[in-house]
Amino acid sequence: MKTTCLSEGKGYHFPPCHMLNIGGFQLLFDCPLDLSALSVFSPLPTNLSSLSDESVGECTCEASSISDCGWKRKQKVDKSLDASSLIHAEPWYKTVNSLKLWNISFIDVVLISSPVGMLGLPFLTRNRDFSAKIYATEATARLGQLMMEDLVKMHNEIRQFYGPEESTCPEWMKWDEVELLPSAIREILWGRDGDPCGWMPLYRLDISLVADVKGCMQNVQSLKYAEEACYNGTLLIRAFSSGLDIGTCNWSISSPKQRIAYLSSSIFASATATEFDYNPLRGSDVILFSDSTACDALDKLENEDDGFNPADKKASKFSSKDDDEESYTEFLQNEDKFAEELEKLAFLCSCSLDSVKAGGSVLIPIARLGVLLQLLECITLSLQSSDLKVPIYIISSVAEELVAFLNVIPEWLCKQRQDKFYSGQPLFAFMDLLNEKRLFLFPVLYSPELLSIWHEPCIVICPHWSLRIGPAVHLLQHWCGDKNSLLVMEEGFNANLAFLPFKSMEIKVLQCSFLSGMNFRKAEFLLKLLKPKYVLFPEKLKQGKSFVNQSFSVIYYLENETVKVPKLKDSSELDIGIDLACQLGYTKLEKEEMSIARLKGELLVEQGKNVLFSGKEFAGSSQSRPLLYLGGVNLENFLTTLQSMGINATVEEAMTTDGSDKTSLVHILGPKKALIEVTAARTIVSTDDEYLSALISKAICNILNIV
Amino acid sequence: MAIECLVLGAGQEVGKSCVVVTINGKRIMFDCGMHMGYLDDRRYPDFSLIPRNAAEDFTSSLSCIIITHFHLDHIGALPYFTEVCGYKGPIYMTYPTKALAPLMLEDYRKVMVDRRGEEEQFSSKDIVECMKRVTAVDLKQTVQVDKDLQIRAYYAGHVLGAAMFYAKVGDAAMVYTGDYNMTADRHLGAAQIDRLHLDLVITESTYATTLRESKYVREREFLKAVHNCVACGGKVLIPSFALGRAQELCMLLDDYWERMNLKIPIYFSAGLTIQANVYYKTLINWTSQKVKDSYAARNPFNFRNVCKFERSLINAPGPCVLFATPGMISGGFSLEVFKQWAPDEVNLITLPGYCVAGTVGHRLMSAKTPTQVNIDQNTQIDVRCQIRQLSFSPHTDAKGIMDLIKFLSPKHVILVHGEKPKMESLKGKIESDFDMQCHVPANNETVSIPSTHYVKADASSAFLKSTWSPNFKFVTERSSGNLITDDMDMISKPVLRVRDDRVAEGILTTGKHQNPKIVHLKELVHTSGLETHDVQFALCFPVRITKMDEQQQLNPVSQESLPFLHQLFLKLSNNFSEATIQESDQNLQIESFIVSVCSKEKCPHRMNDGPDYTYEAVHFCCTWSGADEKLARNVISFMKNLVLNKC
Repeated sequence: MKTTCLSEGKGYHFPPCHMLNIGGFQLLFDCPLDLSALSVFSPLPTNLSSLSDESVGECTCEASSISDCGWKRKQKVDKSLDASSLIHAEPWYKTVNSLKLWNISFIDVVLISSPVGMLGLPFLTRNRDFSAKIYATEATARLGQLMMEDLVKMHNEIRQFYGPEESTCPEWMKWDEVELLPSAIREILWGRDGDPCGWMPLYRLDISLVADVKGCMQNVQSLKYAEEACYNGTLLIRAFSSGLDIGTCNWSISSPKQRIAYLSSSIFASATATEFDYNPLRGSDVILFSDSTACDALDKLENEDDGFNPADKKASKFSSKDDDEESYTEFLQNEDKFAEELEKLAFLCSCSLDSVKAGGSVLIPIARLGVLLQLLECITLSLQSSDLKVPIYIISSVAEELVAFLNVIPEWLCKQRQDKFYSGQPLFAFMDLLNEKRLFLFPVLYSPELLSIWHEPCIVICPHWSLRIGPAVHLLQHWCGDKNSLLVMEEGFNANLAFLPFKSMEIKVLQCSFLSGMNFRKAEFLLKLLKPKYVLFPEKLKQGKSFVNQSFSVIYYLENETVKVPKLKDSSELDIGIDLACQLGYTKLEKEEMSIARLKGELLVEQGKNVLFSGKEFAGSSQSRPLLYLGGVNLENFLTTLQSMGINATVEEAMTTDGSDKTSLVHILGPKKALIEVTAARTIVSTDDEYLSALISKAICNILNIV
Repeated sequence: MAIECLVLGAGQEVGKSCVVVTINGKRIMFDCGMHMGYLDDRRYPDFSLIPRNAAEDFTSSLSCIIITHFHLDHIGALPYFTEVCGYKGPIYMTYPTKALAPLMLEDYRKVMVDRRGEEEQFSSKDIVECMKRVTAVDLKQTVQVDKDLQIRAYYAGHVLGAAMFYAKVGDAAMVYTGDYNMTADRHLGAAQIDRLHLDLVITESTYATTLRESKYVREREFLKAVHNCVACGGKVLIPSFALGRAQELCMLLDDYWERMNLKIPIYFSAGLTIQANVYYKTLINWTSQKVKDSYAARNPFNFRNVCKFERSLINAPGPCVLFATPGMISGGFSLEVFKQWAPDEVNLITLPGYCVAGTVGHRLMSAKTPTQVNIDQNTQIDVRCQIRQLSFSPHTDAKGIMDLIKFLSPKHVILVHGEKPKMESLKGKIESDFDMQCHVPANNETVSIPSTHYVKADASSAFLKSTWSPNFKFVTERSSGNLITDDMDMISKPVLRVRDDRVAEGILTTGKHQNPKIVHLKELVHTSGLETHDVQFALCFPVRITKMDEQQQLNPVSQESLPFLHQLFLKLSNNFSEATIQESDQNLQIESFIVSVCSKEKCPHRMNDGPDYTYEAVHFCCTWSGADEKLARNVISFMKNLVLNKC
């Protein structure tokens, strides 16, 4: 078993990407798009004339300075980033960089653990050589499709502005052009190691069946949680909820030889999505802990005491194994973090309402569905309890579909929401606002219907968090000068760069980090609970800490480094049909206290299991199979056995015909003649008489072990 | 190893479905229903028969309860069993069943207690408490109930959320179908299940002998009857269960109303059905694909022409269509409306396809109008209205049952949920068509069937790899000598067949302190610590040749000897046509029997050492292994009688 981390990922929106080789099958985990790279592109300008003037001016100025490299770099540092440094062109997109180093046609299975993990999938599926089976949970598949559609539609707005592309390689990609860009932008364009590849123009919706979102979705096989999907009869693939967001999951892959768990970013308490279900991952031989994204956000929390230490408790109590497990579970489900999340949301909610009260509007370009729904729920409840009459707009090309979908998936929501459903209430409280016409869904910003009911101050939820595409750009341009307005954002990207195109940012900005994984401590206890044999753990997350008293071996991995997991065992499990097992003729080997039997049947590989059953054909043909003899012929025994059958024989020592080995010749002279040539490895019986031959072979069978 | 099936209900009858199955020590109760036709003890399954030790309660004697769908004859006794009998273990049902079952139970409780004034068997609180214990499962979600017991739900299509359940303990596996429908209807899809290795299938057999015509014909007839009635100013009463058939017919009518631009009101009787619609809207993923595809545009359970019924409207003038519960007019609102509307001949009453004996619906089914029906001792109703029976029953018909059984091909079948004579006839058909054992147990009977068991072993990689290698066999077969064949060429021409029977062949080793292990032949020496010993048989003997030539007798082995082998090949081919003979330059081979021309002056395998033959001969040396002894002796005796031509 080999695994390679293609990308450690960057936060929630760019999950890690791994390649795993198990039993000859190549598995790819997730295929995200790095949308944070969008920030190097300029959003659609509001003022056309200013744009063209500035960009032309910049270019000429820079062109004069190519000759001296050192000076140029210095100049770049000196030159502060401003809106004009951004690339004024149709944005291109980047998937996982090192994925292109792999032969796409060798991938057998793609497993998608979250909606954002499938945004890059059309780049794979449009490749003619790509033939892998793609699995994703039902909810992930649907939400991922909506995200892709939305992305393409938002992108089309920019495409329409710039017009069709002239060449396959856009101006800004050219070496000398990139050289002129400020280092912050160049680094994003080329990466730290200066590799300019990996940029691609975005896929389309449905231009041709191969290249588009629709074609991609046709390749995706959607699964229910814990549904058993069987690949090639050998790999049993199951998804279990990870609690991070609606539809996100961890994977369990079993083959007759081993069980592997792929642990994506998981959180223990979720207010929207189904809870993290880690129990089915117990008993995995190998756990691939892919969640290295969490560490950034959780670094600060790391130093704080978690308030509860099962290790201490264990030490003081000398607790039994069961207790131990209990305390682990207790620790993992400790709801501190959950309460913290709720506090954060309550704070965001009250800030939003304060802004509205002050006459400002609130722009929420948050893309994490779970968080967004919780925040919306929070705002809904506050609005319902106050007499504020402020409209909420959700503006997205897929808003209607999204809300319709969210209302029909009770199976994918957390327990509290399911209980709401069982008691006959709507799954989400904001549905009431929708019915009361206080919440509106619109596909685009500039629709006559929206303009006719538009009312400020208002709360707007709309994409995209990169602040480069989508309605959020226009609204931020509209409100950025208003100090009463509020922008609520997720943390974890370069704010400096993100706000660059927006002049005079008077608007208040709230950046908030949300729980997107577990810290080292929790991971440690979870792994101890799951009891794997090997853990593949990101070197990055280790950060000087190490596992205490762990029962498993840890293999730390780095990005783009292939790690080999030692072979667990050479044998596979196999079931033998009882009818076949009953037919077996055992031979007892005295020496080893062991019985052996010849086994012949048909092997069926199904549902990750090997089953051997007696094929109908073999039943009758058993006598034709060559028998196998074990051991050696002890001459003394042989002669006594023959004697007991009434056969007298004499022994003559000789050499084999080629003269290399000693051989014993057993002569039988009467009544019929026979010659038996015995060496250490071989016995040859020569006789013309059938009956005698049968007697001799019976005698041989008596002293040898036959199989 | 055996699977024990104790049928506590729905054995040779319809009602109170309940089967307790014991597989390898795990005991599962499938369904926990009540009988609509009885008011005494017989309405519940006889739980006291569940095998348990004296001190044990139900919680420890049962591993889990599985409920297939929300109909009362499948879930009606559940609150009684959990709250009154005290079962506290796990209960599994699908999400829609968990959502809708409380409505059904509460409705039933109300009818029993509030309207009929009976002593209540369980309270509203009991229903709530009971439902709290339920674990909801999704379709195909594989649930590990405990270490050994695994269950999985499959779509059954009977009502919203109806599921067939697969249960597996160790190597034994079974499917309990509950009620199912093999054809899609307006809002539900057809039952869907994987091909599984099963020891047992317990299937419903409501329509064990019925074959139903296309549903479109039935739909058209129903719509025509309703349309005719309302066109004449009549009122249509559709007594139905709150869930399932009501939605199905309502979708049908709503569509038809839209198409025909009818404005006559369609009413839903109680709040119950309206509330049920809320659930239906959320659970749209459990309906048919067609309905699912349309939800983003408009939820198809938002009926456009349906409104709520007020009691005051019963005697309001003008035509209308009314859905009222309960379905078999056994009491409640549908009976109340029936009393009012039955005497008028312009009105129409549609009865469901199946009514339990003892209900008003059942009496009407066999009646011809005009007639009189006794509701109770004091009330007699003149029935003059039209009565139509509607077999929109979402049960599979006989063909569907046969199709499912054929598809699953289990080792045994148990039929429940049907009428005895029909079940017997279906049983005969299953046994003769599929050569399976089929059982039709009565209530409280136990059926025991053997179950699959595998011997667990570890297989070495070398063994597994060897099984994957192709094993091509080229077999020349003459046509089987079937004289009916007209084409004479076909008979005489041998046919070459290529077969690839992958044979898994290895050695199973067992020891006291280790699991059984399967190794490849080549690994055996290492595993057992013993050397292999080759046992061969050999014989060298002369075969007569004619036209002896001096020179060649001196030197029988020369280039000219090869033709002897070829001659032998031809003769053997003629005589041992069923065997595959391989010919090479040096020898001929049949199985392990190898024959070559012997050139040695003194071959050790030559038994007749004296020249006790006078004819000119060539010696053939043969070797074979013990397994082919019989074949070898046959060939040898044939060869000894041969006379070969000297070439």
